[in-house]
Amino acid sequence: MTSSKTLLLVGGTSDIGRATALHYAQAGWRVLLAARNEEEARRNADDIAARTGAEVTTHRLDILEAGNFEGFVDGLPQLPDTVVCVVGELGDQARGQSDINHATLLVRTNFEGPALFLGFLAERFLARGSGTIVGVSSVAGDRGRGSNYLYGAAKAGFTAFLSGLRNRLAPKGLRVLTVKPGFVRTQMTAGMKLPPLLTAEADEVGRAIFTAAEKGGSDVIYVRRIWRPVMMVIGSIPERIFKNLRL
Amino acid sequence: MTELTGWGRYPRHPSEVLSPASPKALLPLIAHETGLVARGNGRAYGDAAIGERITLLARGLDRIRSFDQATGRISVEAGVLLSDLLDLVVPRGFFPPVVPGTKFVTIGGMIASDVHGKNHHRDGGFGDHLESLTLALPDGSTVLCSRDQNPELMWATIGGMGLTGTILEATFRLRRIETGWMRQKTTVAPNLDSAIRALKDTSDATYSVAWIDCLARGASLGRSLIFAAEHATLRDVEALSPSAEPFPSSKLGRLSVPLDLPSFTLNRLSVSAFNELYFRSGAIKAGYPFLVHWNPYFFPLDGIGNWNRIYGRRGFLQYQCVIPTDRAKSVLGHILERVSQRGTASFLAVLKQLGSSRGDISFPLEGFTLTLDLPVTDDVFSLLDELDRSVVEAGGRLYLAKDARQSPATFEAGYPGLTRFRDLRRAIRATGRISSRLSARLGI
Repeated sequence: MTSSKTLLLVGGTSDIGRATALHYAQAGWRVLLAARNEEEARRNADDIAARTGAEVTTHRLDILEAGNFEGFVDGLPQLPDTVVCVVGELGDQARGQSDINHATLLVRTNFEGPALFLGFLAERFLARGSGTIVGVSSVAGDRGRGSNYLYGAAKAGFTAFLSGLRNRLAPKGLRVLTVKPGFVRTQMTAGMKLPPLLTAEADEVGRAIFTAAEKGGSDVIYVRRIWRPVMMVIGSIPERIFKNLRL
Repeated sequence: MTELTGWGRYPRHPSEVLSPASPKALLPLIAHETGLVARGNGRAYGDAAIGERITLLARGLDRIRSFDQATGRISVEAGVLLSDLLDLVVPRGFFPPVVPGTKFVTIGGMIASDVHGKNHHRDGGFGDHLESLTLALPDGSTVLCSRDQNPELMWATIGGMGLTGTILEATFRLRRIETGWMRQKTTVAPNLDSAIRALKDTSDATYSVAWIDCLARGASLGRSLIFAAEHATLRDVEALSPSAEPFPSSKLGRLSVPLDLPSFTLNRLSVSAFNELYFRSGAIKAGYPFLVHWNPYFFPLDGIGNWNRIYGRRGFLQYQCVIPTDRAKSVLGHILERVSQRGTASFLAVLKQLGSSRGDISFPLEGFTLTLDLPVTDDVFSLLDELDRSVVEAGGRLYLAKDARQSPATFEAGYPGLTRFRDLRRAIRATGRISSRLSARLGI
């Protein structure tokens, strides 16, 4: 269990963040948990430390305050080897259609914040010459649907950002991984009826992220493989038909 | 509104279900709502974990707070599953001080039911091993309870069926183990009298329990296998199975009962065949110590997922009573006789020696406890009412974690600590606010 490697997990109070950090800690990594609510992050940090014996610290970060990114990164005990950003907010599509503040929050939380933060950190990784960047995006970004296009469009932007970043950093030997979990049973989806075959547990997502990021493989992963053909079919429906579907 | 049941799938009640993600998120709910009770993993058999109006799912409170591997002291949130805890501590050479018959329970549920294990005659219940617990009171405040701090709240909460507030966290000491094996010795008892005697004789064993073939009649009534066991030492493993790993994997194969079986599956014939098989396979090993993995020793039925569905959609009742030692033989003999006469017999009959307990309404008292499963049928209720009278008359009582149908009179007769418990509920303003279907049914 000796490794000098460090993970920065952004979104340390989420179920996927907790599961991902636990998989890294089990592999001997030191974990820095970043979250807006540091007290809640502490709960997860203590849990991971008790289960694994790993060193887990918490760090306050509001993903919507880009002006604080520099101070935040400079204040970390060290520049991490890998950063995983799981920040996201499903929100309420219907509310976002009439409430501009809610719509703004969804776009900023799902696109602006994660993209700007990973972009900022990418420059530090580039200066050092190493680092792995993992962004948790969504299948909802693969094609806009009437029931969640505010969330989906922001995730689409995030997916495009990660793709561009990967295209720029790959020649320099830096890895950028895009993760599309599909449905996941978490606090965010509590109470929703989810199709069992398409729905992953948070632990599955954590394991998939760790494996894909640290053991190598595809640059864009769907946690459950079934999502790739599902999204291929959804993506291939002609727009003149798609626009009339209730999705 | 969701329809909830306990593990026995009887009774069914509608309830609003809330799932707070943290202890902090739970506090405003308990302060502002009324008619609620916490639910762990839903393994109480009857109506104990169904809120009168609202049921608080505690499974979001699943964090380990700290684990000191030098001393074995562990602090956990109340929604942590025992199975999760075991996965963490067993490979590190620790075991919980007390475990019930299933590992799919939460630590909070283990405290609220003051669960007993196969070591109750020696080590007491789970509550006896608690160093402290954190309780959310009906006013939304939190309070730390231990033997020195708020002990009256501590002993009301241990075994208190979640009716003093909501348990948020608990701290206790684990015992050290050298291996993940149990050194088990099986003996045969030809009837109830010798089963009770055998349990008394093995009371220096850390763990002991008897499985009763409850279809045996006449002179064989109560014929049993007695399983006594210790945590195996490294030396035991070396002697009995030199090639075995000290800590074998717990990922054993799992059968599952996917659908409700039609009720007729459980006719007299199939139960008899099951008991015969169980009795024979155990008897083969009688007399010789051998190694058993901790998982099947403590949790034999956990290997069959959803085994509660075997009784069909109407569900089943688990009847668990305890009878003081001096009356145990005659009263338990009477109960076994009445149940075996009925024919649609128990899939499971377990006999166990218990010591006393300290919780105001904890179940264990010095004596012998018998556990039977009975499918719900139209005539089962009158039979159990009749058995209740024998239990009460002998100074015994029924286990609330299993109960779905006893009368308030039976309950009051069995639990002399109830007056103190009710007074405390009034004092902390829990009466009528923290309430389950069980507490409403029994007038707690």
